[in-house]
Amino acid sequence: MIASLSLILLCQLAGEALVRGIGVPMPGPVIGLMLLLLLLLLRDRFAVLARGPLHGDGVESTSRGLLANLSLLFVPAGVGVVQKLDLIVDHGVAFLGVLAISVLVTLLVTVGTFIVASRLMTREEDRP
Amino acid sequence: MNRDPFSLWVYLSQSPLLWLTVTLLVYAMADAISIWTHRHPLANPVLHSMWIIGAFLKLTNTSYTTYFGGAQFVHFLLGPATVALAVPLYENRKVVASAILPMLVALAAGSVTAVASVVLLAEAAGLPREVVLSMAPKSVTAGVAMGISESLHADPSLTAVAVILTGIMGAITVTPLMNRMGITDYRARGFAVGIAAHGIGTARAFQVDAVAGVFAGIAMSLNALVTSLLVPLAVTFLLR
Repeated sequence: MIASLSLILLCQLAGEALVRGIGVPMPGPVIGLMLLLLLLLLRDRFAVLARGPLHGDGVESTSRGLLANLSLLFVPAGVGVVQKLDLIVDHGVAFLGVLAISVLVTLLVTVGTFIVASRLMTREEDRP
Repeated sequence: MNRDPFSLWVYLSQSPLLWLTVTLLVYAMADAISIWTHRHPLANPVLHSMWIIGAFLKLTNTSYTTYFGGAQFVHFLLGPATVALAVPLYENRKVVASAILPMLVALAAGSVTAVASVVLLAEAAGLPREVVLSMAPKSVTAGVAMGISESLHADPSLTAVAVILTGIMGAITVTPLMNRMGITDYRARGFAVGIAAHGIGTARAFQVDAVAGVFAGIAMSLNALVTSLLVPLAVTFLLR
């Protein structure tokens, strides 16, 4: 488990280093995600890589454990929001209302676009 | 042994141990209630942990800085958890690869809608310009959103508030909304909540369905990229 966690941290570290070092316009952890994905894919191609955390279910089970508790990780930032309730009160209902409508509209537009695009695609494929 | 309960409290309330314990304990209870209600949207564990801990800090007159001294260990794991999204992505790579095109189209539509809708609505509601700018990146994950806000000379702490509230709203509304609309494609449902409500939405998606979680995670990561390019553009075009 420690080896798996180290691998995850190493990917993030490499991601942050790339972001700071050569100024890739992406968040460091997202680069880390791509690196870990690349490692997992390479492992399937080259058996030599299947060692340590990449062997068996190592890094996979640690990652699943982290993601199973993803909600917890937002609690500290969320508590910060409760501390700034005066900011919300200052801007009143409009602030909350705008956010709520925007969320609903975004959900509907995204889900609608996804479904329409995926239907159009399957129709293309069905065509001989 | 320390006989004075007040000085014991003063000691403990300044140590990270107490606040880390409080964070984990309150979340464990909120999560147990969420499971007990079969993951009812309104029993969102983030929402309830937030206000319970917030009220506790208020009652004990503890500053957020002191609290964060303990909670930072949990907060830190957000980065590694983002990296860990590679694993469900890897495990579901076939499903993901076959949906690349709908994802890219929905990403474009969704991220534009997220930014444009909030900017236009906030303008229409007559909110001050600085508030509008602070709200613009509200659909991306907090770290990225605060960076965007800073580059616009807006208020990053107000942005953080907008981001968290957006995440909670998205996580609460997505399941009833999608069920009402009769949408059963969990790829689309997950992708939408990842675009609209970043990590808190993704956490919700993982509670409902593994495939939804994977798509939410991809959507969240892609949206972080697109929005950092989009917000400065939108601000120039929509706010003249």
